[in-house]
Amino acid sequence: MSDAMKSVAIARMIDRPNTRQFIREIFDDFTEFHGDRLFGDDGAVVGGIASFQGRPVTVIGIQKGHTLEENLSCNFGSPNPEGYRKALRLMKQAEKFHRPVITFVNTAGAFCGIGAEERGQGEAIARNLMEMSRLKTPIISIFTGEGGSGGALALAVADEVWMLEHGMYSVLSPEGFASILWRDSSRVAEAAELMKMTSGHLLQNQVIDRIIPEPKEGLEHNLSFTTDQLEEALAETLPKLCNMKVEELLKKRYERFRKYGEYSE
Amino acid sequence: MNLFGKKSYFPADGGDRKKGADRRRKSGPSIPDGMWIKCNTCKAIIYKKEVTEYKLCPNCDAHFRMSPKERIAVTCDEDTFQEFDADMESMNPMDYPDYDEVIEKAQKKAGIKEGVVTGRAKIKGEDTVLAIMDSHYMMGSMGSVVGEKITRAIEYATEQRLPVIIFTTSGGARMQEGIISLMQMAKTSEALGRHDEAGLLSVTVLTDPTTGGVTASFAMLGDIILSEPRALIGFAGQRVIKGTIHQDLPEGFQRAEFQLEHGFLDRIVHREKLRDELGRILRLHNPSESEGVE
Repeated sequence: MSDAMKSVAIARMIDRPNTRQFIREIFDDFTEFHGDRLFGDDGAVVGGIASFQGRPVTVIGIQKGHTLEENLSCNFGSPNPEGYRKALRLMKQAEKFHRPVITFVNTAGAFCGIGAEERGQGEAIARNLMEMSRLKTPIISIFTGEGGSGGALALAVADEVWMLEHGMYSVLSPEGFASILWRDSSRVAEAAELMKMTSGHLLQNQVIDRIIPEPKEGLEHNLSFTTDQLEEALAETLPKLCNMKVEELLKKRYERFRKYGEYSE
Repeated sequence: MNLFGKKSYFPADGGDRKKGADRRRKSGPSIPDGMWIKCNTCKAIIYKKEVTEYKLCPNCDAHFRMSPKERIAVTCDEDTFQEFDADMESMNPMDYPDYDEVIEKAQKKAGIKEGVVTGRAKIKGEDTVLAIMDSHYMMGSMGSVVGEKITRAIEYATEQRLPVIIFTTSGGARMQEGIISLMQMAKTSEALGRHDEAGLLSVTVLTDPTTGGVTASFAMLGDIILSEPRALIGFAGQRVIKGTIHQDLPEGFQRAEFQLEHGFLDRIVHREKLRDELGRILRLHNPSESEGVE
């Protein structure tokens, strides 16, 4: 199996530690908040306030389950518009109270359904992109598993974007890529390779800023190996971002996303 | 609950109701060369000379897809359009095999270098920045160039304190440019964020079809969001949704009228009235023309 396909398989493993586990390991006093105040509460997005080494933070993440029952309650980690709107509500709250925001991204993509369209999936994602780009408080996004397209980006317009070693991030799934561009869904491995969706490639392309290593025996067998390093990275980065002047923080965030693109003139 | 089949309030399209709708929609309403053309919506055979510069079906009023050049002609005041970045071209950030050839083919087909034309112009005497996407160029997909040109146009508008009007039509992100095309969604949205912060007006005009990453970024971020009748507007493609939920989609799903009903559009405007409407909106946002302000 190619390295890319191996990472895809690992990122999607059903027992891969999920957002609630990361929150439990890394933060104290997590207090979950619900609802977007507009329509409902989306189980696919978990969010609330917590303490990180004594510092109040807002934590938001996309939740996947380990069992069918869990997955039904979190829609297999595919948020509806109300999930993105809940996330935005909590981010605005963080801005008001000068708390940094930490997001955990792990989704195959935003949910594709009738209700999602009726309630404006596109609008919800778009709004998050714009509002996150000018949120007056630091944002760190951590890709822990799958990072599927706009549904992942909607929680990842951040000052720093990190990824676990076997995370991935792409414009669509390798299956989708193969079937759309080559009308041949059997060429998945080739697509995964070509799409440069693994952490190593993404670091090279400056889509992510840091790779967090995973234990050889598998993340599910030794979660603290990775969360210890995440804690260290957060302890080092959060104070830096929190001490930055808001104008400088926003300028840097703007430039971070402004730079993407290859073209000739 | 139309038991007696009052189904044809819409142009006799049946697009959502009959088999093969997907295939038809993919090709969309477009005008092939030759003396006679067929409307993909009502299937009528039309004498080409009957189609005006607005590119409407004389039989069913379907709004055919337009090129940026045609759009400029019916939207801007004569000879006022000044193009930006006309020579910007794609590179190949993902080393996608034969991307050069794909691009070359698209350029030949659409007669432009990339999937969007940007510039500044006057509409009914009002200065504005414009971006006009082209569905004839790789289905208006957003890659580096589309994202960059739109971002620059918005940034120019912010610097010059001008409004920006974006005509969208797109299948979504440019797959061949991988993750870099996804990043264009963030790039264009943050540029609109700054334009917004500066207190300036943005208008998006969603034309058929506007889907995927363009819907999920600048298309849905206009202060005012207009659309043309019957335009397909959505995030997910209809085949993807059907494949996910294994259900038929309701009549008129993801059409402009559906989006208006669900609160995601300000107005649906017939193409012949669009120029007047844009001119009026621009005028009502131009402080130098309203009395009593400053």
